[in-house]
Amino acid sequence: MQKTEKDNPNYGFHERIKQTDQWWLLVAIVVLLVILLTTFKPDPYQRILNFVVDGIWVTLYTTVISFTLVLILGLFGGLGRTSRNPILHGIASVYVEVIRGIPLLVQLIIWYFAFPAMVKDLGKAWNIEALATYKANPIVMAILGMTICYAAYMSEVYRAGIESIPKGQMEAARSLGMNYFQAMVHVILPQAIRVILPPIGNEFVTLLKDSSLVSVVAVADLTRRGREFMAANFIPIQTWLMVALLYLVMTLIAARAVTWLEKHSRYER
Amino acid sequence: MESEAIIQIKNIHKHFGKVHALRGIDLNVSRGEVVLIIGPSGSGKSTLLRCINRLEEFDQGSIVVDGIPLDSAENINAVRTEVGMVFQQFNLFPHLTVLNNLTLAQRIIRKREKAEAEQIGMELLRKVGIPEKADCYPLQLSGGQQQRVAIARALAMNPKIMLFDEPTSALDPEMIQEVLDVMLALAKEGMTMMVVTHEMGFARAAADRAILMDGGQIIEQAPPNILFTNPKHERTKAFLSKVLS
Repeated sequence: MQKTEKDNPNYGFHERIKQTDQWWLLVAIVVLLVILLTTFKPDPYQRILNFVVDGIWVTLYTTVISFTLVLILGLFGGLGRTSRNPILHGIASVYVEVIRGIPLLVQLIIWYFAFPAMVKDLGKAWNIEALATYKANPIVMAILGMTICYAAYMSEVYRAGIESIPKGQMEAARSLGMNYFQAMVHVILPQAIRVILPPIGNEFVTLLKDSSLVSVVAVADLTRRGREFMAANFIPIQTWLMVALLYLVMTLIAARAVTWLEKHSRYER
Repeated sequence: MESEAIIQIKNIHKHFGKVHALRGIDLNVSRGEVVLIIGPSGSGKSTLLRCINRLEEFDQGSIVVDGIPLDSAENINAVRTEVGMVFQQFNLFPHLTVLNNLTLAQRIIRKREKAEAEQIGMELLRKVGIPEKADCYPLQLSGGQQQRVAIARALAMNPKIMLFDEPTSALDPEMIQEVLDVMLALAKEGMTMMVVTHEMGFARAAADRAILMDGGQIIEQAPPNILFTNPKHERTKAFLSKVLS
């Protein structure tokens, strides 16, 4: 019987390290750094962590909720961009081009400050009590702003994925009697999603980082909590080292998760 | 005989931009007939085939398949379920196993239960000679095996007509015969077939009629033995001398 490499008694630590994704090592180092800092220098690092920890949750759930919506809205944008129907194609293209051309920070400010003001003005003009006293919820507006912005980017990712699938796949599905949507759902999208998993993962990590912008629209995310701590304690170096490390832990883990997903979604050949 | 024609093509014209790809094609195909289409590349033979299940829209003329005119979206989908198509590049679904390639459309379009669809799928895989590949993915198979799966996939819909668009052109020479054998068996069972190919052996063995197309027109048609040995038209002679030599 032929012996495999793993039967070798010398098959040890170094080979195992090589086989596992080496980037996990970086995640471990950053996590270890946070643990060391909070353990051996609890003042100020444990204090900072205790203060900003609720901000971590805000950052995580606004990002995850927004990204879930981005995946859905972006799919419709991508289908519109690849549609042969001129109206659908036109609507999707204008949406993508306009939204891509405005910075996310400006969009968030519009949603939180300009949009509610407009609603109030209209409420007063039309004498509608509910609109005149409208008050925007910061979290809702932050999620809305991020979703609408990132769904435009995601539309382009979906479009690229759909266009990367050979024309023959759609033709084969149609020739079997499937209509456009059946062919999309059962044949084109399952293949396109595998192609675009890496850029989708990229978008998630980028959104996680860009979510720090919601701190300007009164959302108490990690960045805003860091600013609040610094304003009260005047220790900028330690505060922002901690905040940066916490972001790094989240983004590195997210990036590893994407790599894992990619590996487990390849076709067998 | 004319009234029994399962495919009725009348005066089809098709343009690709400035190129006049089909210039008034008239053609009737009877039930159970095996029609071979040959001709130089760019002569419009693939385009004609693709018009029959409306993968290609035509600009003028009419096509009636099994009594259904190709005019509305509903009718086009109805015709497509009755017309199986086999492509040069196989076009199997790479994300599905071989068996699921065969069951997908059965379940969505024919609304068959999983067990029934799989039973039909396995029967067809036995028929094309590769039941042991049911759980493989298409990219794990050779070209010839993939094309046989593609034929089985089309047959799983119980089509009344099968269209073959250069089914062996993308295959290595040693794999051509295994695909032709499946097509020969199908012809013997009485399937109505339209085949674009330059496999003259298949033509002599199975075809009832051979058609030579050139420049978007039908130049000449006759039983294959007559067309190949005694062509009347100069363009047929010129083409055959290149292919047969």
